[in-house]
Amino acid sequence: MEQVIQHSNPQSWYLVLSTILFSIGVMGVLFRRNAIIILMCIELMLNSVNILLVSFSAYAGNSEGQVFVFFIMVVAAAEVAVGLALLVSIFRNTASTDINVLSKLKW
Amino acid sequence: MDNFIELTKLMTPAILIPLFPLLGFLLITLFGKTLKKGSGWLASAMILASFICTVYIFVNLPEGQSLNFTVFEWIKWGDINLAFGLLIDPLSLVMLLVVTGVGFLIHLYSIGYMHSDEGFSRFFLQMNLFIFFMLLLVMGNSYLVMFIGWEGVGLCSYLLIGFWFKKDAFNDAAKKAFIMNRIGDLGFLIGMFFMLFYFGGLDFTSVMIAAQTHEKGSALLVTITLLLFIGAMGKSAQIPLYTWLPDAMAGPTPVSALIHAATMVTAGIYMICRSNILFALAPFTLDFVLIIGVATSLFAAIIGLKQNDIKKVLAYSTVSQLGLMFAALGLGVFSSGMFHVVTHAFFKALLFLGAGSVIHAMSGAQDIRNMGGLSKYIKITYITFLIGTLAISGIFPFAGFFSKDEILAQSFANHKLIWGILSFSSMLTAFYMFRLYFLTFNTQFRGTDEQKHHLHESPATMTIPLILLAALSVVGGFMGLPAAFGSAHVFSRYLSPVFEGSVSIMGAEHHLNHATEWVLMGIATLAAIVSIIVAYNIYISKKGLPEPDAEVKGFAKWVGNKFYVDELFDMIFVRPLMVMSDIFFVLVDKLIIDLFVNAAAWVVGFTGRTIRLVQTGNTGFYIFAMVISIMVLLYCQLVDPYLYVYFK
Amino acid sequence: MSSQILFFILASLTIVSALFVVFSKSPIYSVMWMIFCFFTIAGHYVMLNAQFLAIVHVIVYAGAIMVLLLFTVMLLNLNKESEPHKSPLPKFAAIITGGLLMLVLLAAMHSSTLPEYSSPAFSDVGYVQKVGTKIFTEFLLPFEMTSVLFIAAMIGSVVLAKKDKN
Repeated sequence: MEQVIQHSNPQSWYLVLSTILFSIGVMGVLFRRNAIIILMCIELMLNSVNILLVSFSAYAGNSEGQVFVFFIMVVAAAEVAVGLALLVSIFRNTASTDINVLSKLKW
Repeated sequence: MDNFIELTKLMTPAILIPLFPLLGFLLITLFGKTLKKGSGWLASAMILASFICTVYIFVNLPEGQSLNFTVFEWIKWGDINLAFGLLIDPLSLVMLLVVTGVGFLIHLYSIGYMHSDEGFSRFFLQMNLFIFFMLLLVMGNSYLVMFIGWEGVGLCSYLLIGFWFKKDAFNDAAKKAFIMNRIGDLGFLIGMFFMLFYFGGLDFTSVMIAAQTHEKGSALLVTITLLLFIGAMGKSAQIPLYTWLPDAMAGPTPVSALIHAATMVTAGIYMICRSNILFALAPFTLDFVLIIGVATSLFAAIIGLKQNDIKKVLAYSTVSQLGLMFAALGLGVFSSGMFHVVTHAFFKALLFLGAGSVIHAMSGAQDIRNMGGLSKYIKITYITFLIGTLAISGIFPFAGFFSKDEILAQSFANHKLIWGILSFSSMLTAFYMFRLYFLTFNTQFRGTDEQKHHLHESPATMTIPLILLAALSVVGGFMGLPAAFGSAHVFSRYLSPVFEGSVSIMGAEHHLNHATEWVLMGIATLAAIVSIIVAYNIYISKKGLPEPDAEVKGFAKWVGNKFYVDELFDMIFVRPLMVMSDIFFVLVDKLIIDLFVNAAAWVVGFTGRTIRLVQTGNTGFYIFAMVISIMVLLYCQLVDPYLYVYFK
Repeated sequence: MSSQILFFILASLTIVSALFVVFSKSPIYSVMWMIFCFFTIAGHYVMLNAQFLAIVHVIVYAGAIMVLLLFTVMLLNLNKESEPHKSPLPKFAAIITGGLLMLVLLAAMHSSTLPEYSSPAFSDVGYVQKVGTKIFTEFLLPFEMTSVLFIAAMIGSVVLAKKDKN
């Protein structure tokens, strides 16, 4: 009933794709100062790792990699929930989501 | 074979002997607050248990046998194997009986004496710890185990002298005792190193065997024995390390009785008796011991004449009696020395406890010039104290007579001059003891009305030990009846297996004929009686009183101030040390050491001040730092090896 | 051939949308591009025969997480360009660093020996049945632990987001 998709793309393509995606995520974290965007960039990085895991799983014919991806999604969901809650309470105190406003912890 | 089984059966009680006081110590340490007054009874019960074990072994140990066994392997390296072992032979049994027996009575006494002290439990836990270490000292089968006990009793002595630690003077006395003991202990320790190096072991059996392979009087043996004797000097308060003992009277009176009269201070004598073969092989050291012993005996007796503190008098008499014991050891009659240790333990413990009872009645006052006429108020103390005084003065048939007479007779056989000096110091002893006695108990009361109103006999826990010790002081001498009385000397025959080796090395003892012995006894008794009459004449008939300190002049002032020995030590040792430490403080400590230490601190501080600026508080900056670090790490770990190979 | 074209189209869409996420001025647009990006990633999953994950990905990320983000952005009223003017130097540095990291990662990948899959073993490993069996047998304990994690996260976010009484 279900049909397995067959193609012969080399796996290294997926490696390059996930590397590029990861670098974009890192760049975003460095580039932006809005905490929400930074949170999203972290999600981007997580997803690049997910692609990597799924590709290895698919090419090796082993489903454990996909189970890992599943768990990463779980953790990401929990992380976003807590992260946003933190953001909200920070916003309530500083009326801003700029990370550079939070610079009290120095020296 | 049967014999072997019988001996192994005694091992359990032997191990139990030191464990009971240790258990008492631990229990009181943990539950002292809950036990309250019960801790005194618990501590006493533990000592009683040890005493019972000791008696059991005493009864069951076959005559002439000894029990020597290893409890556990301890230190092992190379060829050296130092085991933790116990040795029970007649010598240690005698000491065990004294330590546990007299120790028990003193514990019992302390329940009454210390009843209102806030440190009640602390007192008993330290006393139990002391007994534990003393038992280790006596029971150890090697110098090392003995040394543990040796150090342990020193520690407990320190703790108990400074028991009332709120008074600075008492703390100073405790420190003085500890430091002086340390000087002696250093000698003991170096002696042990010598033995370990040259004899390859520290247990008594192997040391004695190894020692006999050396020539009699060889430099090595003399060195070792001298070092050991330095240890004994410190512990047993001999010239020049005796000044701590009178100061040690700062502790509670039961402590003075137990530690500074009956047990710990005799550890030096026990140690030399234990090493009798070693000392017998070093005649030079024995002569040295003799000279020190005789000198101490005379010197302390002279100082004792002019002391006005009831405990100080007893302290100097202890020093003097210890000198007498060392003189006996120096003469090579080890069993006579031990005999005097035992009788001295009885009557000196009795005297100290009696003094404690007097102090108790006097509400803490110790100056005999303010006492007098106490015989009417404290009858039991009065009678028992009289027995103790008669015993120490050497009046027939009390315990002191026999042991003292034995040493005097031996000294007469050896050297007339020594006999003369020892007899003279015995005379002085009789005089100052009766001076103490008359001033305390006879004529009129000289204290305040308040004290007079408060005078009362001590409770039963205090008087029962007094009565028992008085009984022992009366009959204790009969176990050492001299040959002149026609019966065998039970005590020295019991100890003879221990001293066989030294006797065979030194040759048989000089035996006086019985007529000479009778004459000597007569002279000694006569001398004592004359001293007593003189004391009676001065202090009762003429109602003489020692002058207040300020009016004492001439030689008496020298004596009253203990010949200024403390001041002399202060000038020779303490002051130069202080000056030197000042110099070192300024030159070495301040200039050199502080320079390095402060420089190191400055470098750390400077680095910290500089590097902390990195903590900007700017989150973006932190992220940058993190990403760049990760990049560098990745590059070093993953990329560099490849490029390195690639470019090669 | 068609699968290669498909991959390139999907990959370029993913990268471009990710770049838009980073460079959009308004947070709302960022979130929108992010959702788009997630859909393309789901496409990649389908191409890799990970149907179960593709569905879960769409539901969890696009459906739940991104909606949560969108809600937050809108509730906090961040729809305007909240970031004040920033000097170009950090931005430049950020781009350089990102590019450098990409280079390092690619070089690392190049220098390490990875398993070469000459003939990809495409099979049914990504189907619900296979993944589900794995999760409920071998990974049962971690799976149950995730529920604990979720409870902790829920309680934590409620506590954090609650207004202080004082």
